[in-house]
Amino acid sequence: MRHRFLRLVAVVSVAGLVLAACGSDDGGGSPPAASDGAAEPADISGTTLTISNWDAYMPKSVVKGFEQETGVEVEYAIHTTNEDIMGKITAANGTGFDLVFVSGPFVQALTNLGWAAEIDQSQIPNLSNLDPEATELAFDPGNTHSVPYTWGTTGICYRDDLVGDAPTSWEAFRTPSPQTDGKMTMLGTDRWLLQPALLSLGYSINTTDPAQIEEAKAWTMSAKENLLAFDDTTFYSKLVSGEASLVQAWDGWCEYGRAEDPKNIDFVIPDEGSDLWTDTMVVLEASENKAAAYAFIDYILRPEIGKSIVEFTLYKMPNAGVMAAVDPAIIADFPTLAITPTELFEQEAQTDLGEDGTILWTETATEIKA
Amino acid sequence: MAARRSRYLHLHMWLLFTFLYLPIVVLVVLSFNASGLPTSWGGFSLEWYRDLLSNEDLLASIKNSLIVAGYVTAISTVLGTFLAIGLQRTVRSRVLDSVLFLPAVIPDIVLAIGLLSFFNLLRFTLGIHTIVIAHVVFDMIFVAAIVRTRLGYFDRRIEEAAADLGANPVKTFLLVTLPAIMPGVVAGALVAFTLSIDEFVIAFFNSGPGSITFPIRVYSMIRFGVTPVINAVAAIVMVVSLLTMLIALRLTRPKGERSANLGVGA
Amino acid sequence: MTGVAAPARRARGRVWGPRAVLLGPGVAWWVAFFLIPVGVLIAYSFFRRGPYGGVIYEPTLKNYARAFDSLYIGVLWTSVRIASIATAVSLLLAYPAALFITRAPARWRVPLLVLVILPFWTSFLIRTYAWIVLLNPAGLINKMLIGGGVIDEPLPLLYNEFAVTLGLVYAYLPLMVLPIYASLERLGPQPSEAAADLYATPSQVLRKITIPLTLPGIVAGCIFVFVPSLGNFIVPDLLGGGQTVMIGNVIQQQFLQARDWPFGAVLAMSVIALMVVVLAVQAQVHRRTQEVEHGRAA
Repeated sequence: MRHRFLRLVAVVSVAGLVLAACGSDDGGGSPPAASDGAAEPADISGTTLTISNWDAYMPKSVVKGFEQETGVEVEYAIHTTNEDIMGKITAANGTGFDLVFVSGPFVQALTNLGWAAEIDQSQIPNLSNLDPEATELAFDPGNTHSVPYTWGTTGICYRDDLVGDAPTSWEAFRTPSPQTDGKMTMLGTDRWLLQPALLSLGYSINTTDPAQIEEAKAWTMSAKENLLAFDDTTFYSKLVSGEASLVQAWDGWCEYGRAEDPKNIDFVIPDEGSDLWTDTMVVLEASENKAAAYAFIDYILRPEIGKSIVEFTLYKMPNAGVMAAVDPAIIADFPTLAITPTELFEQEAQTDLGEDGTILWTETATEIKA
Repeated sequence: MAARRSRYLHLHMWLLFTFLYLPIVVLVVLSFNASGLPTSWGGFSLEWYRDLLSNEDLLASIKNSLIVAGYVTAISTVLGTFLAIGLQRTVRSRVLDSVLFLPAVIPDIVLAIGLLSFFNLLRFTLGIHTIVIAHVVFDMIFVAAIVRTRLGYFDRRIEEAAADLGANPVKTFLLVTLPAIMPGVVAGALVAFTLSIDEFVIAFFNSGPGSITFPIRVYSMIRFGVTPVINAVAAIVMVVSLLTMLIALRLTRPKGERSANLGVGA
Repeated sequence: MTGVAAPARRARGRVWGPRAVLLGPGVAWWVAFFLIPVGVLIAYSFFRRGPYGGVIYEPTLKNYARAFDSLYIGVLWTSVRIASIATAVSLLLAYPAALFITRAPARWRVPLLVLVILPFWTSFLIRTYAWIVLLNPAGLINKMLIGGGVIDEPLPLLYNEFAVTLGLVYAYLPLMVLPIYASLERLGPQPSEAAADLYATPSQVLRKITIPLTLPGIVAGCIFVFVPSLGNFIVPDLLGGGQTVMIGNVIQQQFLQARDWPFGAVLAMSVIALMVVVLAVQAQVHRRTQEVEHGRAA
């Protein structure tokens, strides 16, 4: 079953962490807060850190490990989408969380609203572990307001045994074969909904030109005729069950499907190219516990911690040390983990659309789905 | 002629019950299915129940829901009961009734975003307390409606007699009125509890970081794929709400009374 | 009615104090957390959206003008259509059921009613989820139909308007049965017996006597199904596969995705407006039937 693999990974990584923790505890002696290594600046033990992240986007063991090591109590909330957490932050006027996980364009939105704190890089020594590419991302060059967590691209995830010829183009959604007609899903969130159309038409994935959007809308409407559904969250299980044979998918989530059906599920970046998306960690300006938030980010950037995250989520981290530490057997099983930063950087990065752009995109998405 | 129609009605009833209970029965059966798949039977298993018990997020959300429902039940039972008695003693007005009952009729989404805008304006932090506030708004109305039907059976002359015998209003209420309407109050409380435990839309919009309730959790589980654990959750929810409902029902009906008021009657 | 209550009130004039104590807390809660929030929503609908969300307190009617865009009128129309069909189907299912229950032996009535209502008291989300399990292309119903040789290819049962309508009927059906049952029971068997004595056929009795006299119950039931269906966003979200958009989805989207609260508030106003219309119709029907009943009683 779907979770069996993840569960296995979780168990293994918990075991690993417990062993590691025991080892260092035995060596260090008494208090868990007094960890060796880099200088531990402010005393954050006993404080509470409120985080919101996507569901199942980080192994439990990472949070537990951080709590044990620092004595910080982590209040771990979950959100379903970027929009979901943005709505929550907006509702609370930028308060309520210390650290949130959002995709690149939302970093810009949070920054423009004045809700994202400027990052005190001196408090995150492990920033130096980041790939050089990850410090020049279009939505936040120099990582002034965000630290990349994972990154990847969007492509077509499909069932070898069900589609006949392997797809090579986004046009697959508009010109289905008898095997894929009515058995395809596309992502439904605004930013990804128009992407196949824009890439296929040769436009920027960040366009706000009404004429281009209009064309992309027509393209997507004609693709909609051939779809089973718009689906952001369960497309890979639809592939596994055979409800769908070809879906637009984020690389890591295609791997969730592959974890269950390694023989038949494959991933391809279409010829027209795709996007570079980045999920990031943002400290909120209103946070009263920034020190703990920085400590958490720093913890995530450690190679051995990042490794457990990559092996659990099957998403790449922009962190060479992490990727080098990942078990080669896992990379062999889940080939999208082998996509290099250079290859990712060939894709266009998503950036914020601005106020009018957002309205236009949302309205277009509603028109397509209605 | 009449016999044929009654046969038709019989058949209709059977089909209706099939429609109503098929999905529930399927989920309950699947919750014991070792394969976890809806389409093949892999033998009897309690695996998904064990999974459920080790799912910390789910358990935390159940705890949150119980806390919310506990407060909501306490507050709305008191407010609703008072409201019912107060209304009983005021001018009977259909307009007043319908206006007061609006929170129970208005679509959840409207109430949800209205409260969200309101809390935002006042810079309330969202959390357990905001969900409680929101749930009480409509729950107390349901309690009031249920208690009121019970008050309908209550002879007010008993109260007057108590007053004549020198009991003060508080004493009269505690010793005479309350015991008489108690079954209605308890039934109202049970309904309030059930409604709060299951409420999703308003909680979804008005919850904060530490206040993910059970329905919000379930929604996220469903959104993120059809997992067999949900079946186990479903089976338990069905049994628990079934029992609560049966108890509530026993209590609203005075002995020998024929009509059952379930709090949603016209 | 007031005529009856007035002397009673005078007699108990002295209990004004307790009455305020009784009504006070509930009404205060109602005002603070229902009336004022709805008021805030109304106010927001006249303000401008701030860049990146939030509200700028500059009065404008632009949000309302925008709501008349064919897109939103279309979505509203879809919602009204789906909610109406769901209501009609529920009525067709509920009326015979209510009739059956009223005619059942007395000791069976309550258990039958309970059986109809029970599903309603279990988790709404889980009940909706159950239909995903049943309807999906690889789901139980399709598997059974294919296995039985009825069809070769799975039927598209899920992720369309059919599934959404079905989900709504399933969710709110008990709310239709209850008020109809209540009004049928209040009516009692006499009118139809009298009509039968006058040689009316059963179907004439049903059409000319029973249905008109139970109209208030029918209307109440229709409201209980129509109003929550209209604003529902979960059922289209889970069963519509993102391809059926109802007004609730757009409101949710404005509050979350677009973070355009003022416009979301305007769309909520459209739901409130429809609800008011529906309630007005109910009041009208109620008044008429009461007149008829008074006539009958006199």
